[in-house]
Formats: sequence, structure tokens, C-alpha cells
Amino acid sequence: MKDNLMKHINEQNAWHELTPGGMIYGSGNSEHFNTGEWRVAIPTFIEDKCKQCLLCVPVCPDSSIPVVDSKRLDFDFEHCKGCGICYKVCPFDAITFKKIGE
Amino acid sequence: MAIRERLSGNEAVSIAIRQVNPDVMAAFPITPSTEIPQFISQYVANGTIDTEFVAVESEHSAMSACMGSQAAGARTVTATSSCGLALMWEMLYVVASARLPLTLCCINRALTGPININNDHSDSMGARDAGWIQIYAENAQEAYDNYIQCVRIGEHKDVQLPVMACQDGFITSHAVENILLLEDAEVKAFVGEYEPEKYLLNEKEAVSMGPYDIANYYMEHKYQQKVALDNAKQVIYDVAAEFEKMSGRKYGMIEEYMMEDAEYAMVIIGSSAGTAKDAVDKMRAEGKKVGLVKVRVYRPFPEEEMVKALSGMKGVVVMDKAEGYSALGGPLGADVKAALFGRTNAVVLNIVYGLGGRDVRVESIEEAYGRLFAAVEAGGVPFGYDYLGLRK
Amino acid sequence: MAYNFKQEMNKPERLAGGHRLCAGCGAGIAVRGVMRALKPEDKAVVCSATGCLEVSTCLYPYTAWNDSFIHSAFENSAATVSGSEAAYIALKKKGKVNGTYKFIAFGGDGGTYDIGFQSLSGAMERGHDMVYVCYDNGAYMNTGIQRSSGTPKYAETTTSAVGKCSPGKKQIRKDLTEVIASHHIPYVAQTTFIGNFKDLHEKAEKALYTPGAAFLNILAPCPRGWRYNAEDMMTITKLAVETCYWPLYEVIDGEYKLSYRPKVKQPIENFLKPQGRFKHLFKKGNEDLIAEIQADVDKRWEELLKLCGEEV
Repeated sequence: MKDNLMKHINEQNAWHELTPGGMIYGSGNSEHFNTGEWRVAIPTFIEDKCKQCLLCVPVCPDSSIPVVDSKRLDFDFEHCKGCGICYKVCPFDAITFKKIGE
Repeated sequence: MAIRERLSGNEAVSIAIRQVNPDVMAAFPITPSTEIPQFISQYVANGTIDTEFVAVESEHSAMSACMGSQAAGARTVTATSSCGLALMWEMLYVVASARLPLTLCCINRALTGPININNDHSDSMGARDAGWIQIYAENAQEAYDNYIQCVRIGEHKDVQLPVMACQDGFITSHAVENILLLEDAEVKAFVGEYEPEKYLLNEKEAVSMGPYDIANYYMEHKYQQKVALDNAKQVIYDVAAEFEKMSGRKYGMIEEYMMEDAEYAMVIIGSSAGTAKDAVDKMRAEGKKVGLVKVRVYRPFPEEEMVKALSGMKGVVVMDKAEGYSALGGPLGADVKAALFGRTNAVVLNIVYGLGGRDVRVESIEEAYGRLFAAVEAGGVPFGYDYLGLRK
Repeated sequence: MAYNFKQEMNKPERLAGGHRLCAGCGAGIAVRGVMRALKPEDKAVVCSATGCLEVSTCLYPYTAWNDSFIHSAFENSAATVSGSEAAYIALKKKGKVNGTYKFIAFGGDGGTYDIGFQSLSGAMERGHDMVYVCYDNGAYMNTGIQRSSGTPKYAETTTSAVGKCSPGKKQIRKDLTEVIASHHIPYVAQTTFIGNFKDLHEKAEKALYTPGAAFLNILAPCPRGWRYNAEDMMTITKLAVETCYWPLYEVIDGEYKLSYRPKVKQPIENFLKPQGRFKHLFKKGNEDLIAEIQADVDKRWEELLKLCGEEV
């Protein structure tokens, strides 16, 4: 994960501690914000069944299927919101999807 | 060495822009500011300047493109008048809040309703609270000098705000006057390079601008803008002092004329100050203790300077070249009264004049002083405010 | 360059997770698809119109953008980024910028078809080297699903309400892709999410690397506004294409080229049925409304086939 150049900014800051004009320095620091807790349903990656076709990767709105050396890893549950699109496109049943608590 | 020339206000400010050689100009034609983008377009065509000229399809897009450009790290300028400024309205606030120090040459013209192409201040007065610095010129010389200073003022690290350099449409923008120009190299050295700390085209570090700002942050960011506007005052003085060294011409927040022993003062903005100075000379010769305060910088409002200049006056007449439709007077009148409240005992009369190009002569100014004398004599003014030059 | 799917999936992400778009949002998928087409060594300046995408991806003090990003207002992402592009030309000339930057404006259908239409038209006509990407979800979703001129006929939105006196939006959908093609810019294309994203990727790549102004219209469903199960995204986009509601095509230097022709054109009901916004059309007595939509789809499809030099 990249360094968060805005890590010193929080809702207790005085006016002069905030960046001018609301500028956000650096890039992609939303990675430091957890949207995983939004999930009401959860996908499960079944590695044994996965053929690494990667069709699940581009359909994720939350960039939550990491790919390393042409292989997908387990979900990034810090950010996956549990929409289930990946589960529906998997041709090999390598992703299951169910409501949390079921 | 100063260069003697005979130029209109539009020509003068276009030469100032040429000398500053901004990176980008995005503009849309509207009378009477149209000549400025025309001149720049010709400079670009001739290879006189390096500026990227973007002939946009509206003033809203002009201000939007200027924002995108200045944010990208380029020194950026535009010019407009009247409805053009009104169409930029939304973006004026956005640019100021994003702390982008671009410059706008506002050639003041009456705001449509009904349509009228002549001068008054209803366009820029409406934008007075948008978070921009506003500097007004009396004549072509000041328009030229102000523009060069505006670039420095806005870009100063303590300020980082957009600046509106205003001059009166036609009266200043189109009338030819004698003027002293600086040498190109002098202006170039004076304004220097634009070197923002954070910008979109910084190859070393990306930046995101214009975020959604929730209640927990918005107020602090608005306060930062207020502090920047407060800071602008000292910067305006510092830049003026440096400019004086180079040009010999002195500028401040306000200009006081014959105020030393004055008992009756007029507060006025723009080209009418020239006419008013003639009226003051005439009335002084008649033994009347009149003086004049010309507002050069309207935003930030020169509160301290105004109070100092007007303290001890028997009466003050504040001249507004714009209706406020507040039922309380014009915008300058309201501001001056607010500044003086509790600080002086002067009778303050507010007069709206010169709307939509209504002629302002020495006699008109004399009449305004005359009404002030009467008000002081009567011991105060009635509720409301006056109109000057209105057929009754 | 031939599309190498696996290689593309290996590229570093340009839109980080942790943004606040809804679960299953089409905008996030569209943005990732477009940004992936950038060469890894190239940088970008991205502008988003006010809307779901902007408020979700750039919320102080967080940004999901790994490239430089600017938001200014709702109606002007094209004008804003056109200014950044002008700045790039100026600063490059002066040696202040050395690398290659690409300029991308995003807007929803509200910010593109409607309020940002003038700004878009102006920027396209001026020929800035930029790409305008519309993520078309067929309504003003950010403010709560109000109709836009991109909303299909008879769809229910909160400002084209369905009731006993109204069957939903009364007007047909504006064909913005056609309108922008009429600007005679070098590259215009219409796409959506299909299979391994080859269609979207190749179009985004052409749009980004064709010098001059380019326009991409991407159908990007909104599960909340369209009222289908979020997980069915890829079924919905496929049906949009297979029914010819959303044909895939491009216009390269004025020449129309059909990207995909369904073997069997599916009836429009198949696209309408899974979406709650069309539920009222399936009540008894509304058959003629569906027939009317079908006739409009057929007519537009035939017109497009003719433009593309395809057999009708």
C-alpha cells in the first residue's frame, strides 16, 4: 500500500492544519479507507476450482481482486463491497456468494 | 526607461498581458472586453507571445478552462464584461475556493436587464463576495499598472487567490490616453515565473483538486480563504512598493485626494474619480473643504484605511455605480457605512449614479457634494438613499 | 496492438479501492476499463463532472485516483480538462513538463447529455487532445434517480414518475453518440462491459492514443436506479447489446464501423424485464408500450446498419 500523504489530516484538525483549497496530495490514498464493512453479502474464493481465467477481475467496481503475475489472489476484503458481479461471471464456480449471517 | 504611448485601456492591458506572457488565455468575446482576446489572438498569430489561446464557446467554459489550466500549473488569464462575468458566476467561487491565482480583466459594463452595453459596476459588484481580490482602475495607466501587480498579488504564497483587474467599459477601455509603459524585460523580471507548489502536471507527485468537502472540513477551508484574503492586504502594499521603485508610480488600498484638511468627503470607484478630482479642485477654489477617497482595492475591503481617512469628517457621500436592490443602498455604501459604524459621527449619504452609462460630469459631482452639505446642515439623512442624474 | 487480456489484468490499478461508489456500480467498472488502456509509463489528468463518480472518488482527505485529478463543477468537465490540455501544451513548449500526459474527462449522462452538453460540444469542436468518457446510467443517479435526456422512454425515474396518468418518461432517448459523431472528430465510439472487456479496452485505447478529441459513450448500469440485483450487471449489459438497445460501434474519421452484430436479435422485453424501472410496462394492457419501444429500437438499429454499410 502506498504511503498516505494525507495521514495527518483528520476531523479534529484546526483550519491551518488542513491543506489549502482542500487539495489532496499524492494519489490513491482511498486504499486507507475501509469500505469492506459495507458488505451485506460476501464472495468466497475457492482457489482449487479457479482456472485463473481472470474474467472476474475487470468486473469489480472496487479494484478488489488483486492480480500478481497473471494470477488472481484472494479478495481484498478491506474494499470489497460484496456486490457479487464476480461470482456471476465466474465460469468455473470458483467464487461462491452468500448473505452474511446465512 | 519608460515608454510614452497613447493607448486605450484595452490596448494598455493587452500590452501588459503580452509583457507578462501568460501560459494560457481562455476567453469568449463580449463588449467591451472583446478587444483584449482579439489582441492576444493576434500576438499569438504573430508569434509575439508563447501563450496558448483557447477560444472557448462561452464564458462559463472560459472560467472552467482557466481553472483547469491554472490547476495544471500554468499562469492563466481571461477577460470579460457584464453578462460574461455573470455566466462565470458559479466558477468564480469554485476557482477561489480551489485557491487558483488566475487573473481576470473585467471591463465593467452594466449587467443585462435591460440589455445595455455601457459602463457601470453592476457586473463586478455582484461578484464582490466570490472570494476574489478586486482592484479597480481610474484610467488606462492604472489599468496597465494594476494588471501587472495583480499577477504578483494573487500568486503570492500567502494569498493564492484569483484577482479581478477592473476598469470602466468604454470610458477607460476605449478612450485613448497618454500612458507610460514599462519595458518588456522590466515586467518579465517583475512578475517572474509562476511556480506553484502543487499542480496537476507535477510529474513527481499527483494531486487531486476540488474534492467533496464534508461539514467537518468545509468551514475550515472557507476560513483559510478568509485568511488568504486578509493576507492579501500586506501583499498588495508590498507589491505596490516594489512597483513604485520600478515605475515611480505609487499605489495603495485607497487613494486620498485633498483629504488633509477636508470636512466633507466623497468615496468613489473607477473612472468617475477622475471627474470628481476636477470637481474637488473647482470647489476647493471656491473655498469648500471637500476631499475624495478613491477605492482602488475593493476586496479585501480597506476597512482600516477607510476609517482612518474618513475620521473627523462632518459628512461622507458614498457613490455607487451599481444598484444593490437591498433597499438599503448600493454595495459600496453599505460597506462604508458598516466600516464607519460606531467609529465616526459623520453623516453618511449614499448615492447611486451613472447606471448603464448615464453621464457623470463635474456638475454631477458638485451636485452630490451639495446634497451632502444639505444633509449635514439638516443634521442627518432620511431612511434610504439617493439617485443622481435621474429624470424626475 | 492485439488485445492480451492477461497482460492487461497485470497492469497496476489506476483507480484505488476504498472509494464510496455503491456496491456493483457501473461507473467504477467503466473508469477502471478506460484507465487500464493507458500505457503504464504515461500519466493522466482526469476531470470528473459533479456526480456519483466525483463525490465518491474524491472525498476530502481521500482520493481514489492514482493520477492527477480535478473536479470543478457539474457542467464543465470537458472545458476544465481542455484548459489542462492547453496548459500542457504551453508548459511542454517551455520545457516545464517532459513526460506524456493524457487528458480524460468523465461525466454521467446528466453531466454529458444535458447540463454539460455545451461544454462538451465546445471542447470536441476545438479539437483538444483529450477523451471525453460518458458513463451512461440513464438518469441523474447522484441526486436520486431523476430523468435525463439519456433516460429511455417509459422508464420510471423520480421525475418521470409512473402513475395512473403517466407511463413513465414520455420522451425517447437522445442519441448522444450520433450527435458527437456529427462533430467530425477523429474518434467516437459506443461500448459497454462485455466478456473479457476487449471491446471497451480497444476503444479506450484508440480514443486515448488517436491525436485530437475523442468521445466514448459507455453504458454503465446503476443497480439502484435500474432496480436489478447488483450481481446481474454483466447479464444486463449483454442484454443491452443482444437486443440492439445499445449497439457497439465506432466512428473513425467519420466512417461508421459496427463492432458486433448479434446472431439473433433478442426482443427488447429481455432487456426491460429484469429492471424494476420498467416493471409497469409488464402490466396487462401495456403491451403496446413495449411494442413502441421495440419499434424505436428496430428503427435506430436499421439506421445504424445503413450507416455502417451493413446489410439491413
